[in-house]
Amino acid sequence: MNERYEPVIGIECHVELKTATKMFCGCCNEFGGEPNTKICPVCLGLPGALPVPNRRAIEHIVTVGVAFGSTIAEFSKFDRKNYFYPDMPKDYQISQYDMPVAAGGSVKYWIEDGELRECRLTRVHLEEDTGKSTHAGSTDGRIAGSEYSLIDFNRAGVPLMECVSEPDLRSAQEAVAYLEALRRTLLALGVSDVKMEEGSLRCDANVSVRPVGSSSYGTKTEIKNMNSFRSVERAIASEVARQIAIVESGGRIEQETRGWDEINGVTHSMRSKEEAHDYRYFPDPDLVPLEISPAEVRRVTQTLPELPAQRFERYTARYSIAPRQTAQLIDNPALAGYFERVLALGARPAQAINFVLGDLSRLANETGVAVAESAVTPEYLSGVIALVEDRRITSKVAKDVLARCWHGEGAPAAIVEREGLARQSDTGALVPLVDQMLAAHPAVVADYRAGKQNVLGFLVGLVMKASRGTADPVVVKELLNERLSSG
Amino acid sequence: MSDPIIDIRYVAKLAQIALTDEEIERFGAQLGDLLQHVAALERLDTERVAATAQVVESRNILRDDVARPSLDRETVLAQAPQRQGKFFRVPRIIGE
Amino acid sequence: MPASNELLERSAAEIAAAVNERRVSAAEVTRATLERVVATEPNVGAYLTVLAEAALAEAASVDRRVAQGERLPLAGVPLAVKDNMCLTGSRTTCGSKILEQWIAPYTSTAVARMLAAGAIPIGKTNCDEFAMGSSCENSALGITRNPYDLLRVPGGSSGGSAAAVAAFEAAIGLGSDTGGSIREPGAFCGVVGFKPTYGRVSRYGLIAFASSLDQIGPLTRTVEDAALTYDAMAGFDPMDATSVQEPVEPAAPALRDDLHGLRVGIVREFDPGALGGAMDALYRAAYAGLERLGAELVEVSLPTAEYGVATYYLIAPAECSSNLARFDGVRYGLRVAGRDVRGMYDATRAAGFGEEVKRRILIGTHALSSGYYDAYYVRAQKARTLIADDFRGAFASCDLIACPAASCPAFRFGAKSDPYSMYLMDYYTIPMSLAGLPAISVPCGWVQPPDGNEPLPIGLQLCGPLFAERLLLGAAHAYERATNHRATHAPLAQRLTA
Repeated sequence: MNERYEPVIGIECHVELKTATKMFCGCCNEFGGEPNTKICPVCLGLPGALPVPNRRAIEHIVTVGVAFGSTIAEFSKFDRKNYFYPDMPKDYQISQYDMPVAAGGSVKYWIEDGELRECRLTRVHLEEDTGKSTHAGSTDGRIAGSEYSLIDFNRAGVPLMECVSEPDLRSAQEAVAYLEALRRTLLALGVSDVKMEEGSLRCDANVSVRPVGSSSYGTKTEIKNMNSFRSVERAIASEVARQIAIVESGGRIEQETRGWDEINGVTHSMRSKEEAHDYRYFPDPDLVPLEISPAEVRRVTQTLPELPAQRFERYTARYSIAPRQTAQLIDNPALAGYFERVLALGARPAQAINFVLGDLSRLANETGVAVAESAVTPEYLSGVIALVEDRRITSKVAKDVLARCWHGEGAPAAIVEREGLARQSDTGALVPLVDQMLAAHPAVVADYRAGKQNVLGFLVGLVMKASRGTADPVVVKELLNERLSSG
Repeated sequence: MSDPIIDIRYVAKLAQIALTDEEIERFGAQLGDLLQHVAALERLDTERVAATAQVVESRNILRDDVARPSLDRETVLAQAPQRQGKFFRVPRIIGE
Repeated sequence: MPASNELLERSAAEIAAAVNERRVSAAEVTRATLERVVATEPNVGAYLTVLAEAALAEAASVDRRVAQGERLPLAGVPLAVKDNMCLTGSRTTCGSKILEQWIAPYTSTAVARMLAAGAIPIGKTNCDEFAMGSSCENSALGITRNPYDLLRVPGGSSGGSAAAVAAFEAAIGLGSDTGGSIREPGAFCGVVGFKPTYGRVSRYGLIAFASSLDQIGPLTRTVEDAALTYDAMAGFDPMDATSVQEPVEPAAPALRDDLHGLRVGIVREFDPGALGGAMDALYRAAYAGLERLGAELVEVSLPTAEYGVATYYLIAPAECSSNLARFDGVRYGLRVAGRDVRGMYDATRAAGFGEEVKRRILIGTHALSSGYYDAYYVRAQKARTLIADDFRGAFASCDLIACPAASCPAFRFGAKSDPYSMYLMDYYTIPMSLAGLPAISVPCGWVQPPDGNEPLPIGLQLCGPLFAERLLLGAAHAYERATNHRATHAPLAQRLTA
């Protein structure tokens, strides 16, 4: 991190909304599929076709706006953004210009150490997606050097939500944290699949730098062509470094669009020789305005699910769970739900989280069965945790019992009973075991008496093993100490 | 607004229509003439007048999120000026 | 059984009655119409495409439905459809080279409703390219001549439909009206031309010119036929978000015989004295005719109406510049090769669009462009509000407004070569379009022009408040019935054909 200059970053996201049909027509809104099969007069821009907005898409954007604390416009409209491009069926895009559905609000995100931060939103609006073009005839499939292009209009008309943030982000890491928080929230709301690899989440970054302590803004560049969160982080970092280098050597930043080159790890200027687009925005005369009542906004507010940021605060603040562990839970709603049920049964958060993210998650990976769908029900887990808390079994045994339970051997309590795994603290039972171990390992005993105190752990381990983990390690250690010091 | 000279070249570029020099001159004159007539609108006092957004006063004319049949691809591609397999084909796209 | 040929010169209502009562079959009417078309077209040229096969197939279907006991409001009625309306399987050109070979893969709602009502699509009619024009001379694909004088224009942009109906090549013609494109050709061709309230008839499938102004409406030989057409087509369409949900009160059952109790506004600013002696006399006679039918004439004022043409020629081109962007050679229509895609756009649109279309796209693009949007487009939309307000004010003291439909009768080909002089043809019709009001042109007399031998028809325009179609058509019917101007002269085309 440079000490003299700080990055100033804003993110612009396009999110494909999850609806059954497209924004302005009844064609299917589904990823993939045979090219040019999900088309109709409207989304193909045939002469005479007219758009009619999808009610569900509007519900989704209102939900998103409410979730982020934006102001939902009581009155909003659609405008035409006019420009020619082969993947634009009408050579204008229906979008929203000066009266978006949502304005303001913020996205709460958290960084590595768990601190919750906030990035303000400028606006959230609705528009339609374009078709997809593939460029043929060049060596790398990219547009430059291609001979011709092939267009598939399946995606044309898919509902798109554009989220524009204020330039509140101060590092590439923050930018990614912001995106992750945005993504988690949209997933929790069920409004989008938000998969960068499928194109349902796309983003551009606006990047500038300024002297630390300054409140004015430097010239910004727009970074495009970032295809994953990792790309976003690398691209922004690369651009920040580029700009700082220029500024420090007395140069000037050009306001331009730059494309991220994943392979070479740099941004390239995409400056075209044409002037900036004159989009000639005007209200779309084929559509009537949207009126979203305060009552509707209230209804949406009341039916919102708990949002990831709220859940994050609850887990970290109330349950004192570490941010990284919290993040893991939040990314897996089923797991989080499981965890909450275990808590509801009285288990302590620290215990519960360790088992859920530790042993159980490991078992899930090994067996390919999700924790929430395994034989270890929340009741069973909370039972095991209680057994450990009550010192009825050791934590080592708990691991074994859970594994057995997972693999279908029945309820934990029954397993403990059946296998005789109860914690053994009774000295009477343990003394013979200890003596047995000492007798079997005279060399180790000699080492200990010679001054190598750390072999004690080894001996404790042996006794534990011999007892199949049921021996109370504290008692074992005491007994060993006694025996060894008494000569 | 009283300067009715239109940059026809710029406008034709936005509108993606190739014009000959002769057309640029002719249209320049004709549209300049039209704008002279249109300048009459400056005489109207529109200070406190709302622009007509729409003649109809409807709001929220929406459709339910229910699928409707799409067009048959062959029917559509059969009329494409140039197709390649299942795609529409266009000459190379330069820049953005 | 009436001779099909003779039936062709009756009204749509009479044809439908005959077919419904099985005095004649839809097939016979259709065949007779197609024969009439063959005989008339060399003179009139109303149709760009004749749909003989489709028409006969449709007629057979109608005959089956009638045989099964269905009563279809427009059973077997020959219908001419302006070529800017989609009909599945039919070539739909908008009078333009850029769509010269395009076959529509879907049917516009309005046409579909007409077919459901039993009408038979005879063919697609000629029009000014993309509905831009007032004479039909801007068509790139054909010339249509006024059936009353073949050296004159039929009017535009719906000239083909107007001519087809006037020359008995159809009983109903569908046209579209943006600034007068139904009413003016109606007046020029001596037929009824009716534009409903904006939003009454679905625009889905009507190839857009100016979205906030376009409306589909009938050209017919009687007001009753216009009412029947309106009743068949009007009503909310979920495929058109600008179509209104206002309930449609059928107009055909409400046709009046007189105008008692009605106040008719005569617009001070539209003094027919400005139109020359003959026209002045005819309009004064028309107004007197309204009075004789019991109407009370009151003077009303539309002070902003004179700004109508200026307002319209900013708004309509602005919207059309955006609506016509889709004609780019990518997905359908004409393509002219280019070195790259933008070169293709430029060359395609240069070759595919005619002059008037180019002019309007250019001026519209300019009016929307950065730095000019407020001064042109927004200001025009404000002027539009003032014009609509004027009408609201006028309708406080009258029920209907009467005025000329056009400033002159049909002119000779090439007479209006200056673009602005052509734009002025819409002077009387544009204000109603800007306000979205329903308006109709009804034949109101004949003029002997100084530069021709044939008497030419002229039209009286009546206009009502929003959604007042029932009242408007009712009143127009009363005037028509009392005056029957159409009967005075037969079209030259008919005389030539017979």
